Amino acid sequence: MALDQIIVLIAGLSLSTWVAWYFWFSEKKVVKVVTGSGGTQEAIIKVKGGYSPDVLEFETGKPIKLNFIREETAACSEEVVFSDFNKKATLTPFKTVSVELEIDKPGEYGFQCGMGMLKGKLIVR
Amino acid sequence: MAHETHKSNKPADTNEAPGKSKKSTAYDPVCGMKVKTPSEYYLELDGKVYEFCSEKCMHQFANEPQKYRKSDGANSAAYNSTNYGLQKLKLPIVDMHCSSCAITIEKEINKLPGIKSSNVNYANETAYVDYDTNKTNTEDIIEAIKKAGYKTGRSVLKLGIQGMHCGSCVSQIEKELGNTKGVLSASVDLGTESAIINYIPGQIDIAEIKRIIEKLGYKTYLAQGYKSVKTPSSRDKQEKEPVGKEIKEEIEEPADENQAAREKEYKTLMKKFIFAAVLALPVIFFSYPTVWGLPEQFQMGSPVLRYIWIAMGLLALPVMFWSGSQFYTGAWAAFKNRSANMHTLIATGITAAWLYSIVATFFPQIFPEAELADQFFDVVFVVVALVVLGMALELRAKGKSSEAIKKLIGLQAKTARVIRYGKETDIPVEEVVLDDVIIVKPGDKIPVDGILIDGTSSIDESMITGEPIPVEKHKGDEIIGATINKTGSFRFKATKVGKDTALSQIIQMVEQAQSSKAPIQRVVDQVSGYFVPAVIIIAILSFVAWYLFGPVPQLIYALIVFVTVLVIACPCALGLATPISLMVGVGKGAENGILIRSGAALETAQKLNTIVLDKTGTITEGKPTLTDVITSNGFDEELVLSLSASVEKSSEHPLAEAIVKGAADKNLVLSDTQEFNAVPGHGVEAVVNDKKVLLGNLKMMQKFSIQLDNLEETSSKLADEGKTPMFIAIDGKSAGIVAVADVIKEDSIQAIEKLHKLGLEVVMITGDNKRTADAIARQVGIKRVLAEVLPEDKAFNVQKLQNEGKKVAMVGDGINDAPALAQADIGMAIGTGTDVAIEASDITLIKGSLKSVALAIELSKATMKNIKQNLFGAFFYNGLGIPIAAGLLFPFFGILLSPIIAGAAMAFSSVTVVTNANRLRKFKPKF
Repeated sequence: MALDQIIVLIAGLSLSTWVAWYFWFSEKKVVKVVTGSGGTQEAIIKVKGGYSPDVLEFETGKPIKLNFIREETAACSEEVVFSDFNKKATLTPFKTVSVELEIDKPGEYGFQCGMGMLKGKLIVR
Repeated sequence: MAHETHKSNKPADTNEAPGKSKKSTAYDPVCGMKVKTPSEYYLELDGKVYEFCSEKCMHQFANEPQKYRKSDGANSAAYNSTNYGLQKLKLPIVDMHCSSCAITIEKEINKLPGIKSSNVNYANETAYVDYDTNKTNTEDIIEAIKKAGYKTGRSVLKLGIQGMHCGSCVSQIEKELGNTKGVLSASVDLGTESAIINYIPGQIDIAEIKRIIEKLGYKTYLAQGYKSVKTPSSRDKQEKEPVGKEIKEEIEEPADENQAAREKEYKTLMKKFIFAAVLALPVIFFSYPTVWGLPEQFQMGSPVLRYIWIAMGLLALPVMFWSGSQFYTGAWAAFKNRSANMHTLIATGITAAWLYSIVATFFPQIFPEAELADQFFDVVFVVVALVVLGMALELRAKGKSSEAIKKLIGLQAKTARVIRYGKETDIPVEEVVLDDVIIVKPGDKIPVDGILIDGTSSIDESMITGEPIPVEKHKGDEIIGATINKTGSFRFKATKVGKDTALSQIIQMVEQAQSSKAPIQRVVDQVSGYFVPAVIIIAILSFVAWYLFGPVPQLIYALIVFVTVLVIACPCALGLATPISLMVGVGKGAENGILIRSGAALETAQKLNTIVLDKTGTITEGKPTLTDVITSNGFDEELVLSLSASVEKSSEHPLAEAIVKGAADKNLVLSDTQEFNAVPGHGVEAVVNDKKVLLGNLKMMQKFSIQLDNLEETSSKLADEGKTPMFIAIDGKSAGIVAVADVIKEDSIQAIEKLHKLGLEVVMITGDNKRTADAIARQVGIKRVLAEVLPEDKAFNVQKLQNEGKKVAMVGDGINDAPALAQADIGMAIGTGTDVAIEASDITLIKGSLKSVALAIELSKATMKNIKQNLFGAFFYNGLGIPIAAGLLFPFFGILLSPIIAGAAMAFSSVTVVTNANRLRKFKPKF
């Protein structure tokens, strides 16, 4: 095997490993949402090619309010769906659209765009 | 406007109670500054005290009070401090639909400590609250209003903030804003350098908020995303609109806005496509000089071609970063979140192609062989153009998929003609309150749900129930909002308004169902999380494999394969497959009066094999009707019926009502009765027109020793048919039989036949005796009957069927049958009029007909078939496309895809999924 081939092989394998690690196994940053003075756990989620933050942590039993601000017109992110709660919101570009939830059961609840390309997660403890 | 001015001496009503001085600050309406209250400078206007910082401000206010008072109209909140630490708060409320809302809100506010008085005015949608600032605060009051189910008219401001460096800056700004009156909540995000501020307009304005932040040493700028939660109640606009115009301007404001955004996005995408496509043409031309047989100077290696390549490389930049900008922004955003999507694939693919081409253009000497120094700019242009075109087409098609819900929203009437203060007035539909009397003329759209109190008409209810034939309505009948009055004029009393109307409930249910997840989607969800990174890995490994084992020139092949794999993979098709069909299917159901609660319900409905039908009210009309009048001993039929009806007139028994109605239908005149006497368990006796009339069962006749002759035989025959016969005797002689029965609904037989055809076992369940039950079952063609089942045992019986291994649907009304509906795999609530959101039901059939049951099952089968087609298509496409792109067929057949073909395939695969889902829109009930 020529040197260039060995380099390509090693580079390819390590790049693949890195891709797998980065997208599947690395820890995601969890944003802890604190309870506001009104007792509501309120968070702002910026929507632009993805949700940021996309993993949010809440406490059980307290009302949750997610303010989505869609900062793009790309149609992918037009809808945000909370299928565990049969809730859906149409995000108007450059406007704040709120989704209110109250989750009594601890667990992880996903949310995503209409076609599941963009994903986020609510962790309820 | 009359106003008086004062100076100096303290106004009586701003006197402070001892010890409460700290809380008292007012705001100068002119300059917005904090003023210690009571201020030296103040004005009283319309019973309200305005305080100022200086004489100048006071005069300014006095000259143009309207200018500064405009913000304390009904649409905004205002405070007013009074003596004894009391705060007067005025809060606008959104979404109040009826005067009873006001009571609900007041009740909730009054639960708070320190509330001196609360008064919610429905007419101007404002809450006036006097409260003790030491015991409660504005936020609590707003929370209370929210708890009551309403929103306050506050505004949300998104403000960009510059110059924050640490977490402490965040808390400093939040704290300062938190202490500012009129600011409800402030949350500052260091990451996005912005703040989201909830505030009450009128109490504080944007300028003031900016000033507070700037005072702390930060720069502010208005970020996009300013929004007033209280939309300036479109009421005023509507009032001016002529009633006839309502149908055209149906879609609600937010829907419009989204529609406009989508339209804009479509246009942008098309522009991006055209730009990339136009530039792609010359690029393709010069990329294949041998194919077109171009002269020598344009062939590989010529200096002219090199310049052309440089031009192409530069032209590719706007194509990548404008036409394809969404790929890069989308990929980057996803990457930051440690996720990947379609954009990641496309962005990586075109970047790789461009980079290689640039190196080949500018540094051809670094390649060991001359033929390696080739360019792939055409891939960049064509892939961007095609994928962008695909996105545009998909957007178009998706717009159609959600048409059903848009149609529903558009059904809402805008105005109502009600009687107010004895006069007919046209008012916006939002202002209609419970018990309003509404006048409807021919051709009018009915604004809300209610009960007809005067007049008759036929009403087209097709938009709600799917029933094409207009329905006759008489006094006492239920009227459904959003339906259209056809012929007569009538008045009706509003019984459901605002969010409670059938239409609002339907919209809500449909939206919920469309956002639910069908269980079949779970497979996709599991796959989709791994899909894109897996494709990237496959692309890398293919590159390596081709580089190591591929034919010469390896590097070129490896690159082509790498780009092709990335471009051909289509996660969109996978992600879209289920939700888009579900959306169309659920919407189609709503159009036909079938409300499907969730994707899970839809999926289970197509697996059913047993349908349990409740007899009363489901197969039958649910109310007894006069069916037979049989005479004997030469008595006249009319006499028999009129006497029976006269006797039964004063009874409230449903059977009696059926006889009275039967007589009324034949226009018989009823007479007064004397000596009325009910014999329990037997019947009744009375004197009518000097005739002694006996009406009752066999025992009654035996008790009075009436000779029945062959009537007894007739009676048992009637009973066999499921009817309830009653003997009548006049002056001691038997006169005949009146029979009453709960008649079968017109289309029940046809519907049950259809259910059988669909391969379903149909079971009837009833609390009635076996004889009646069997009689009905025979008539409608049901073989299995569960009779004499107590209401509480219905659920148990459903369970028994389930234990036989059957997937059972229970069809019944939503009230008595609720436990059985809940027990069944699918509960279908039928014929519920305007009460559509029945908790226990998975599917609500608005139209009272059993045909809807068959239709619901057919629709769910069609939808699931569509979903499966989509899923199969998406999996098949990706499962086949990716290996071929990776070159799996090359060793055997020499087939290798070009990245351009891959781009085309990818673009149209998702369009195909949406188009296939849209085929469901053509679903037609087969009756």
